[in-house]
Amino acid sequence: MDHLIIRKEPRPDVVFVLQDYERARADFTWDEARSRLSGLPGGDGLNIGYEAVDRHLVAGHGGREALRCIAADDTVTHLTYGELGGLTGRFANALTTLGVGRQERVFTLLGRCPELYVTVLGTLRSARVLCPLFSAFGPEPVRQRLELGDARVLVTTEALYRRKVEENRHHLPHLDHVLLVGPITDPPPGTVSFAELMEHAPQEYAVPPTDPEDMALLHFTSGTTGAPKGAVHVHEAVVAHHASAAFALDLRQEDVYWCTADPGWVTGTSYGIIAPLTHGATVVVDEGDFDVHRWYRILDSERVTVWYTAPTAVRMLMRATPREGARELPGPYDLSALRFIASVGEPLNPEAVLWGQDVLGLPIHDNWWQTETGAIMIANFASCDIRPGSMGRPLPGVEAALLQRGEDGRAEITDGRVRVIGEAGVEGELALRPGWPSMFRGYLNEEARYAACFADGWYLTGDLAKRDEDGWFWFVGRADDVIKSAGHLIGPFEVESALMEHPAVAEAGVIGRPDPVVGAVVKAFVSLRPGLVPDAPLKRELLAFARRRLGPAVAPREIEFDQNLPKTRSGKVMRRLLRARELGLPEGDLSTLENPG
Amino acid sequence: MNRDAALELIKEVLADVVPGADPTALSPEENFRDTLEMDSLDFLNLVEALSGRTGLPLPEADYPSLNTLNGCADYIASHTSPA
Repeated sequence: MDHLIIRKEPRPDVVFVLQDYERARADFTWDEARSRLSGLPGGDGLNIGYEAVDRHLVAGHGGREALRCIAADDTVTHLTYGELGGLTGRFANALTTLGVGRQERVFTLLGRCPELYVTVLGTLRSARVLCPLFSAFGPEPVRQRLELGDARVLVTTEALYRRKVEENRHHLPHLDHVLLVGPITDPPPGTVSFAELMEHAPQEYAVPPTDPEDMALLHFTSGTTGAPKGAVHVHEAVVAHHASAAFALDLRQEDVYWCTADPGWVTGTSYGIIAPLTHGATVVVDEGDFDVHRWYRILDSERVTVWYTAPTAVRMLMRATPREGARELPGPYDLSALRFIASVGEPLNPEAVLWGQDVLGLPIHDNWWQTETGAIMIANFASCDIRPGSMGRPLPGVEAALLQRGEDGRAEITDGRVRVIGEAGVEGELALRPGWPSMFRGYLNEEARYAACFADGWYLTGDLAKRDEDGWFWFVGRADDVIKSAGHLIGPFEVESALMEHPAVAEAGVIGRPDPVVGAVVKAFVSLRPGLVPDAPLKRELLAFARRRLGPAVAPREIEFDQNLPKTRSGKVMRRLLRARELGLPEGDLSTLENPG
Repeated sequence: MNRDAALELIKEVLADVVPGADPTALSPEENFRDTLEMDSLDFLNLVEALSGRTGLPLPEADYPSLNTLNGCADYIASHTSPA
């Protein structure tokens, strides 16, 4: 294969954490990575919260800045590691006062405010389980996740509670405590003030003994069918968070680091909170929405050195700051502090990598991982050449392969065995050899779905990729119907189910329509019940209905009426065919179709 | 465009861009991006629609003026010739 390559010239003045890729892979062991963390005193195990907070206090670094939270109105809150220790200690003690047991689930439904970070780290330090929800979910995804995750505590705001939780509270008998952050104008029944609770709790807190295999994090993710799945991560995951941030983000203690992902998604937790704090770095948190000027201003004024963002954001910056021709931005802003830029969430197109080089002065390093992998698995490294459009090569300690696919598009399993593709340039399902510390340990209460992710000693990712002759991996697409929109995974079933609850809808099929900015836009094909007229007002009503239930992060952006949705003989809407039609592609094998005419 | 017409226009465009939104329930100084839970794509759609309807270029630097009904109405009224 003949690819464009961005060469990294050797720089004797710069030492990267991963200086020599082949050597780092040869020398690496997970035991050695584990030894770079503190572990609990007295050999009492391993705890993510301790590694992110306590160990810096023990080392005498309590005065160092941990969080720099920029509010939507631009006011800035600085929190040192010492202050973070006190606040998270208060929250941990408050959970004890409330009678919340070890391993019980604490959910967050919050914007990126300081209290979110205190809740996350206080929960982890106290060996309870944290489950972050994205605040742009609608009432239905929120209810479903709270219910499936057996939520005992929810930390949110009055407005979000009123809008997204209150109507469903009676479905959630195990949700005993709802804590409201920020000002409360009219306290809803069954809620208490976060601030009052914190005020009465002492800040001294000793992290209890924690088994590295104890559940620490629950991240919901979407599949092709059925309800969202709660991927379970354990405290030992911190070994991979820490090591991967060093290798793939070149992150160090002295860095000012900004991860633009919301902690409602796995990137925003693994790399927006845990990994950088375990390194003792200063983490920039922006509560505000994406805005071109705002983002350039933050990079400048906060002197951000390492920046981890997403392709959709990069492409929106590209729209405002084109590579060709005269441009006003980033002009007035000084981006000279930036040392490394990485991106994740969906493949980064080659133009975006080059745009970074020309406009920001640094190429953008794409990397790849999933909710289930818990940490970055494949990456473009600071010291290595970039092949724009490639996700890079496996991290030290990670073994990746491509498996031959069967008729259903997934890895072919014959008598329990798979076939690893040896040749370069052949498309297959991307698979990983289990054994890295942040691998998910299950889907909560869903044994069968978990077991179905493994075959012949491999974890099957559901992503399709190719590998070139030099070992760089190239993303091809999903092997299933899951939609990646703006870097977020959306399950078509969840969207279809919500639409079907509208009395006018007989059937629905949901796909991702390719989009140059967000990767894919959620589009629904809907057939109506007899006698209804497929007109513009009904389309608007359905769009509004879905958005109200699902929230803007999940709701379809487009609806097309189609009274003849393609279906299998068993009556399932064939999304593959809807996609082919949308793209004007050949429709492929129609043998299982109910009515091929 | 006069200010009243600009205000009507922005309400119309909002209702169009955010399915189910009721712009008549917004107070003039409220940040509607928050109230209507508009993500960055919704906001871009709004800007494009406003730009299309008014003929104004609406550069990124001016986006912060476009978060409230009053902000939008003042901006459009002051950047277009009175009808």
